Amino acid sequence: MNIDAFWIILTGALVAICCSLLGCFLILRRMAMVGDAISHAVLPGIVLAFLFSGSREVWTMLIGAALLGVACTFLIEFFHKKANVSADASIGVTFTWLFALGIILISVFAGKVDLDQDCVLYGEIAYVPLDLWLTQSGLNLGPRTVWILGGVLVVLLLFISLFYKQLYLTSFDPAFAAAIGLSTTLWYYLLMGAVSLTTVAAFESVGAILVVALMVGPPATAYLLTDDLKKMLLLSAVAGIIASAAGYYLALWLNGSVAGAISAVIGIEFLLAFVFSPSHGLLSRRRQLMPVANG
Amino acid sequence: MIQHVTEPVLEVHDVTVSYQRKPVLWDVDLTLPSQALVGIIGPNGAGKSTLIKAIMGLLPLNSGYVELFGKSLKEVRHRVSYVPQRESVDWDFPASALDVAMMGTYGQLGLFKRPGARERKLAMEALEKVGMQDYANRQISQLSGGQQQRVFLSRALAQDADLYLMDEPFAGVDIATETAIIELLRQMRETGKTVVVVHHDLQSAQDYFDWTILLNMRLVASGPTHETLTPDLLEKTYGGRLTELSKVSELLHKKNFPIRETKPVRK
Amino acid sequence: MNTLWEFLSMSDANVRFVTIGSILLAASSAVVGCFTVLRKRALVGDAVAHAVLPGVCLAFMLTGEKNPLVLLLGSFLTGWLSLVIIDAITAHSRIKEDTAIGLVLSVFFGIGILLLTAIQHSGNEKQSGLDKFLFGSAAALVGQDLITFGAVAVLLLLSVLLLYKEFKLISFDMAYARTIGLPVRGLELLLTTLTVLAVVVGIQSVGVVLMSAMLITPAAAARFWTDRLGVMIFIAAAMSAFCGAAGAYVSFTAPAMPTGPWIVMLLSLLAIFSFIMAPKKGLLARYLLQRRLRNQMTRENILKTLFLLGETKEEFGHSYSRQQIMERRKLPLLRMQGGLKALCRQNLVKKDSAGWALTDAGRKEAQRVVRLHRLWELYLTQYLQVASDHVHEDAESIEHVLTPELEKRLEELLNYPTTDPHQTIIPQQP
Repeated sequence: MNIDAFWIILTGALVAICCSLLGCFLILRRMAMVGDAISHAVLPGIVLAFLFSGSREVWTMLIGAALLGVACTFLIEFFHKKANVSADASIGVTFTWLFALGIILISVFAGKVDLDQDCVLYGEIAYVPLDLWLTQSGLNLGPRTVWILGGVLVVLLLFISLFYKQLYLTSFDPAFAAAIGLSTTLWYYLLMGAVSLTTVAAFESVGAILVVALMVGPPATAYLLTDDLKKMLLLSAVAGIIASAAGYYLALWLNGSVAGAISAVIGIEFLLAFVFSPSHGLLSRRRQLMPVANG
Repeated sequence: MIQHVTEPVLEVHDVTVSYQRKPVLWDVDLTLPSQALVGIIGPNGAGKSTLIKAIMGLLPLNSGYVELFGKSLKEVRHRVSYVPQRESVDWDFPASALDVAMMGTYGQLGLFKRPGARERKLAMEALEKVGMQDYANRQISQLSGGQQQRVFLSRALAQDADLYLMDEPFAGVDIATETAIIELLRQMRETGKTVVVVHHDLQSAQDYFDWTILLNMRLVASGPTHETLTPDLLEKTYGGRLTELSKVSELLHKKNFPIRETKPVRK
Repeated sequence: MNTLWEFLSMSDANVRFVTIGSILLAASSAVVGCFTVLRKRALVGDAVAHAVLPGVCLAFMLTGEKNPLVLLLGSFLTGWLSLVIIDAITAHSRIKEDTAIGLVLSVFFGIGILLLTAIQHSGNEKQSGLDKFLFGSAAALVGQDLITFGAVAVLLLLSVLLLYKEFKLISFDMAYARTIGLPVRGLELLLTTLTVLAVVVGIQSVGVVLMSAMLITPAAAARFWTDRLGVMIFIAAAMSAFCGAAGAYVSFTAPAMPTGPWIVMLLSLLAIFSFIMAPKKGLLARYLLQRRLRNQMTRENILKTLFLLGETKEEFGHSYSRQQIMERRKLPLLRMQGGLKALCRQNLVKKDSAGWALTDAGRKEAQRVVRLHRLWELYLTQYLQVASDHVHEDAESIEHVLTPELEKRLEELLNYPTTDPHQTIIPQQP
């Protein structure tokens, strides 16, 4: 394995861990499509941040786009609650609008924004090793993206481990959570903020769709394999890492997009779990047609 | 027949609650004594769950206020426990019975503190009380309806509150579980707790509760069970809705009228 | 301006084709979209749209050329497959629908991207333009394609027209449709097939990524303007057709611009405009109604206060200063000022040097409100067993709502009462 391959797989793995951790909470809250919406909606934020900061100034971009992601969830809620648009339609209207805005901005400012439309969809993870972070003294610290993703991962790990019980409870039983004094709205928006932040950080390298694949696929796979949320978090991270490594080699073999290949592997992983999972797979469900009645 | 008590555990003062801009409970004004087993009874859509949710602050009040132990909910949240309807959560959620029971201790833990050995012990004790200790590590989707309900109860027990509000704890449970639960609730009453239960079945209400609230969009009665479960009051509760009240609700909703001119003020 | 004229005149045959094509594509997806949205399956369209990509690529890989019919067939197959898989996942595992949609959408799209990039890197000359499927380009519609896609669009519109009432029924009440013996399963299948077809032809102009907007957005917008399905479909189709034509114009003037995002942007703006400005259902209309009600309540409150002030002296012609009115009843000063002026204009109060006084008409109106207030108070005490010292606040609000029919009904129920729970006289009907 050469060094470039290492960096690419590492980037993929970092994105996979970030996305799949948050994805577990998303799918348990039945909000997978909100994650999808956010992943599209951060685009205009990224473009605008590019325009205003004039460079790839990391933090402006992260914050700007993350704000837009949260704004997107606000908009969805607003259309749904205040304007009485049905929930799924309001998701559909909001994210397509914001995404279209992003693409238009890119084409209008084509000269000034170093992003192209295709990259938005499936990123350019293959270029990750090219954008190195060099210190003043010329020390090579490795690809910049890896550092950014690493930073985001640390933030996420802190967020999830410190507030595990709040996230757990508000996902499982919001009414009870509210009754013991937790603000479900606060935790909802904090989670959405985390999703936006992750999306933005991952966007450049893997694009909008792969973010969704990683946010939904590995958690769904893990959900079929375990009944323990902690294990589910762990398993989905592992599934994500495997997918990013296998995806890299699949892409190499087919001479295609790494992001696309990772999604394809995620699909295969899910399929395997769907059929063969010892507890919730198709086969074991068939076998359990006569349920064990105990108590 | 609306009987008030002095030094109530719970005071619901002139509360009006609406759902999607349509009042579903009108001017409910009641007080509950301490150390009682209270049933909330009424037909479908009478606002029984709404009343409990309003007490727990889960729905905004259009008028009036709620006081628990003479204080606002915020001040005494740790003394009140809420058991939502069983159908309100996704039982496929990756959690074990013990995990759910342990959630009862979360309110006492601080922002950052994680549940530890003490919380685990509390949760185990709570599971024991509902006879579910053998299922502690069982995934909740593998439990029967009655067992799930018991797990929900154990979560409330782990909270160690003084007032319990339970939304249909007997819905969809077998008779054995129902008997076990009511026995448990009686024990709780003996130790000085007050338990408020939304209940469907009139037949059993007579034996279960010592205080009964009859509800149908408005408060029909609140008092000792033998005084409230009279044919006359039941006829009032179940004999259809008050047409005028429904019509006014409908009007408020259709014409977009504010349910109340002014926001409720706490006294 | 010249380009716009050139575009509108459609002197160029190519422009004509492209414009008509875009309009047909946009309108047909909007029509089908109305049913998808009403059946709460809006996001399923999103999955189908993304799932079309691998089909397009596979069809190209197998045949090695961009024959529109073959591409159409390929995309149709994978589009359908995605729906079958979503249903299978939700039916045979504990995965919920939203997760299944997100999963299928991203995995199919990922495979599509993998194939697309593999094709691009393979060096096949004919592949150029395949990536137009990502964001669409109306300008890419030429002769042969247009006939194919146009035919599909017409087929779509025709089937909706013919099966309009059946589709309406299954969107509204599936169970009922089954009981009256409609072949629900078949109709559903057909509707789904139409959705897939609409997506497959629609992606030519907007691309796979934003295709779901063509289904959802016009339908969601049209819903705000009407309560009737037929009208809704018509409005949705008209909005979409307009945006489709506008998209063709963008393609015509600036070929570098992606057509899809422009169409979607216009559609979204139309939708947001509808959410806010639509009569009755729009946010603004609802806000204005609310304000009108508030003002009406303020006016009635002023009249009532003047009446109550007069009632104590049994003399209603007396004038009261604003101060005195405020002492009797706390009212926001600004609103009261407006209210008094409006009442003056309606000739319900008159102003003199000492302040404001009720006119005869004003007294009658005030009497009506006070009467309703007291009737409701009495109703609350008698029928809701609310204690008499608790009924005032409720009646304060409800007095503004009660209609003459309800007033009559209350009167009968309460046996034509003369006093309220506080033993105050209920004024009779003026």
